[in-house]
Amino acid sequence: MSIYIQGTGCVSPLETAAEGLFPAVVNPAYDGARLKVSDPDYKQWIDIKQIRRMSRIIKMGVAAAKLSLQEAGVEKPDAIITGTAYGCLDDTGVFLTKMINQQEEMLTPTSFIQSTHNTVAGQIALMLSCHAYNNTFVHKGFSFESALLDSIMILKEGKSKHILMGGMDELTTHSFNIISRFNRFKKEPITHTELLHSTTPGTIAGEGAACFVLGTEKGDNSYARLTGLTTSYKPGSTAEIAADIIAFLAVHEITQEDIDLLITGRNGDSEEDVWYEHVESTLFPGQAVGCFKHLCGEYPTASSFGMWVGCKVLSSGQVPATVLFKGKTREKIKKVLIYNHYKGTHHSLILLTGC
Amino acid sequence: MACEVWIGGGGVICGIGDNLPACIEAFRNMATGAATMEYLSSAHRGTYPVVEVRADNATLAARAGMPAHISRTALLSRIAAQEAWDSTGLGEIRNYRVGFVSANTVGGMDKTEEFFADYLKDPQSGQLSQVVNHECGSITELVADSLGIRHHVTTISTACSSGANALMYGARLIRNNMVDVVIAGGTDALTRFTLNGFNTLMILDQESSRPFDDTRKGLNLGEGAGYVVLVKDTLKELIRTPWCKLSGFANANDAYHQTASSPEGIGNYLAMKGALEMSGLKPEEIDYINLHGTGTQNNDSSEGLAIERLFAPHYPPVSSTKSFTGHTLGASGGIEAVFSALAVREGYLYPNANFGTRMKEVPFTPVTAFSEGNKVHHVMSNSFGFGGNCSSLIFSIG
Amino acid sequence: MEKLMAALKAQIVEQLNLQEVKPEEIGDDQPLFKEGLGLDSIDALELIVLLQQNYNIRIANPEQGPEIFRSVRTMAEFITAHQTKQ
Repeated sequence: MSIYIQGTGCVSPLETAAEGLFPAVVNPAYDGARLKVSDPDYKQWIDIKQIRRMSRIIKMGVAAAKLSLQEAGVEKPDAIITGTAYGCLDDTGVFLTKMINQQEEMLTPTSFIQSTHNTVAGQIALMLSCHAYNNTFVHKGFSFESALLDSIMILKEGKSKHILMGGMDELTTHSFNIISRFNRFKKEPITHTELLHSTTPGTIAGEGAACFVLGTEKGDNSYARLTGLTTSYKPGSTAEIAADIIAFLAVHEITQEDIDLLITGRNGDSEEDVWYEHVESTLFPGQAVGCFKHLCGEYPTASSFGMWVGCKVLSSGQVPATVLFKGKTREKIKKVLIYNHYKGTHHSLILLTGC
Repeated sequence: MACEVWIGGGGVICGIGDNLPACIEAFRNMATGAATMEYLSSAHRGTYPVVEVRADNATLAARAGMPAHISRTALLSRIAAQEAWDSTGLGEIRNYRVGFVSANTVGGMDKTEEFFADYLKDPQSGQLSQVVNHECGSITELVADSLGIRHHVTTISTACSSGANALMYGARLIRNNMVDVVIAGGTDALTRFTLNGFNTLMILDQESSRPFDDTRKGLNLGEGAGYVVLVKDTLKELIRTPWCKLSGFANANDAYHQTASSPEGIGNYLAMKGALEMSGLKPEEIDYINLHGTGTQNNDSSEGLAIERLFAPHYPPVSSTKSFTGHTLGASGGIEAVFSALAVREGYLYPNANFGTRMKEVPFTPVTAFSEGNKVHHVMSNSFGFGGNCSSLIFSIG
Repeated sequence: MEKLMAALKAQIVEQLNLQEVKPEEIGDDQPLFKEGLGLDSIDALELIVLLQQNYNIRIANPEQGPEIFRSVRTMAEFITAHQTKQ
C-alpha cells in the first residue's frame, strides 16, 4: 500500500499560505533571535464570528488545514490528527496571568477553554462538522512524527481514505522570554543567510503550522509518496544515528546513493548541528543537502515545515536556491530524506518519493 | 484483526487508593474520595471539594524514586506505571521492546504556576527548574527515562478523553509490530489552573458529585494516574495472569461545541458504536459500561441519551467511578481502563456513589453497590472531552 | 437606563472581542444569542463575569443566563433591579 501526500497547507514566516509553488521572494524577518509567522488574512478561511476568540495557533492551524483540504479536493477527512508540543501557549499564558494577578477571582472561560492542547484539532472538526477520528499528540520533538505515525497506521487498516494531519506550534512573548533564559537562542544579531553557517551556540526561535492530506490513492494534486518514517529517542551517539539511517534506508530497499536530496534540520546551533555534520560527511559526502530552519526558525514541530519543503521540491523537481545548503542537485529528484532532530534528543527520518 | 492485544496488568493511584487493591477496597466499602483540599493551595479551598491523592510530594517522590521537586503529575505517573508493570510478571523492562504512551492535559503546570508568580513580577526571576518540565511530553519522558523505556515514547492530549486514546495508539503500535509491550494510560495532578478553569465554566459541584442523578450539579476534580500494560499475542504466555483482551476501540468527534456535548450525544454514540463494530459485538453482549459520567448536567444527559439510542431496550449495568475518584481529566481514561479491564478478570461491578433519583432523560439507573463474581465478559469504558473528543474502549474475556 | 445600556454595549463588545461590531449598532432589544448577535454559551459565561466585574452582581446559577442576557435591555433591567435591591 502506498500513502500519498494529496495536499498541503502551510503558514510560516514566509508567504506560504497560498496554493502553488515555493514562494518566489524569501526574506524572513528576524527580530533579534525571533522569527514570527507572516500572518495571512485569516478571514479567507475562518468566519468572522469564530475568529474573534481564536489565538494565533488556532488560526494558523485552521488556515493550514483548510489549504491542504482545498488542494486535495477533500471536504471531510476520515481523521484529523495534530501534533503540537506546546499547544495553545498564548491562551495558557493569558489564563495563568489573570489567575495569578486576580488571585483566582473573576476569571473568564474563553482562554481556559482554548488553552487545551486539542483545541486546533477540535476547531477543525467543528468547522468541518467532521465526526471522524480526532487525536492530538503533544510530545516535544516527536509531536508531529507521532501524528504522522498514527495516520500511517490508520490508513494501513484500510478503512480511511483521507487523513488530515499536521504539526503546529506558536511562539509567545512569554515562551520566547523563558526559553531565552535557557540560552537556547542566539545572542548576536544574525540573518537567515548567515544562520546555517554560524559557529556559535544557540538558534532562532520559530513557529508555524503545516498540514497535509494523506491518502492511499494518487490524487490529481499529489505531491509525493510518504514512503517511510522512523524516530529515535535519545540515541547515544552520532554513530548510532548513522547506523539508524542506514538501517532505515535498508528497510525501504535503498541506500544513501538513492537519496537525491537530504534535507536536514540544521538550525545554526554549533552544538546541535554536530549531528547533521556527521551524517552529511560520513553517509552523504558530496551529495546535495537542503535545509529549512533558517526559514521557519526552531520549534518542536518544525519537521512539519521540513516535510512541506520536501513536498514542494518533489512536485516542482527543483530545489529552491535558499533551501540548497551544499552539493549540486541532480537533474531528477525522486527521493528526499528528511533528517531532523530536536535538541539532540528527538531524531526523526521521513522518506518521501516523487510520484 | 492481525494480532490480538492483551491486557497484561494495570496500576492506579488516585484519591481513593494509592494502588489498585486499595481502590477496589474503597469501592467495596463505598468509601468515596471527595474532601476539602489539603495539598493543593487555592483560594477555592473551602468552596469546592476535590479528590486528592493523600500524600505530599515528598512522600510520593520517595515512593516513585524520583526527585521531590519535579511535577506531581510525573510522580503519580511513575507510581502507577510501576505498579502496572510489576503486575504483569514480565520481569526486566529492558528485555522487551516497550513503548510508553502516556496522556496528560497540563504537563508540569503545578510547577509552572509557582514559576509564573515570580516571573510575572520580573521576567528574569522564577526558578527555571520549575518550568523546564512544563511540556506535557516532559512528564512522559521523566517517567520513561526512569523506567528505562526507549523504544517508543509519546504523549497524547485530547482533554478528558486523553487516557483512552493512549490505549488506542498503544494497541496500534503493537498491531503494527513497532513494539511488543506498551504501558498506556494517563496522569494528571490537581492544579490551580484546571480548578479555576473548570470554575469559570461553572460546572464544579460544591458537594460530592452525583453522576447520573437527576439532582446532579457538576463534577469534582480529582487527580491520579492509571496505566494498563498492553501485550502482543506471542508474549501472552509470559504474563502472570492475562486480564482480558482489548477487543474494540473507537474515537469520534462530536463536532458540536468547544466544550459542551451535543444534546443527543452524537460523538458519544459514534464512539461506542465504532468500538462495538471493531470488537464484533452486539450491544446486548456488553455486560457493564464504565461511564464517562462526570456529573455535569450536559455530559450525563448526552451520554445517557447516546446509550439509550444504542442499547435500548437491553441496558447493561452502568456506573460512573468518578463518583469515587472525581474527574481526573487526562488520567481518567487510563484509570477507568484499569478498572474496566479488571472487572472482566474478576467479575466486578463497580458502584455509582451518591445516587438517589433517576435522571428524567433516560430510562435506566446506575449500579449502586459493589459486587463480584458476576458474569462480566465484555466491558465498555467511555471517555469524552472538550474539543468534542469522544472515545470508547471495549475489554473482552480471553 | 439609556446610559446604562450604552455602557453595556461597549462592555459587551470589548469583553467578547466582537470585531467589526460597533457598540451603537447593537439594538436595545436585539436578541444577543443565536440569530441575533450570534453569541453562545461561552459568551454567556463571559457575561456573568462582566456583571460581577462591572456591577458587582453575582449570578450563581448559569441557568439564569438566557433569561437575563436576552437583550441589552433585559440585562440593564436586571442590573437596575438588582442594584436598587442592595
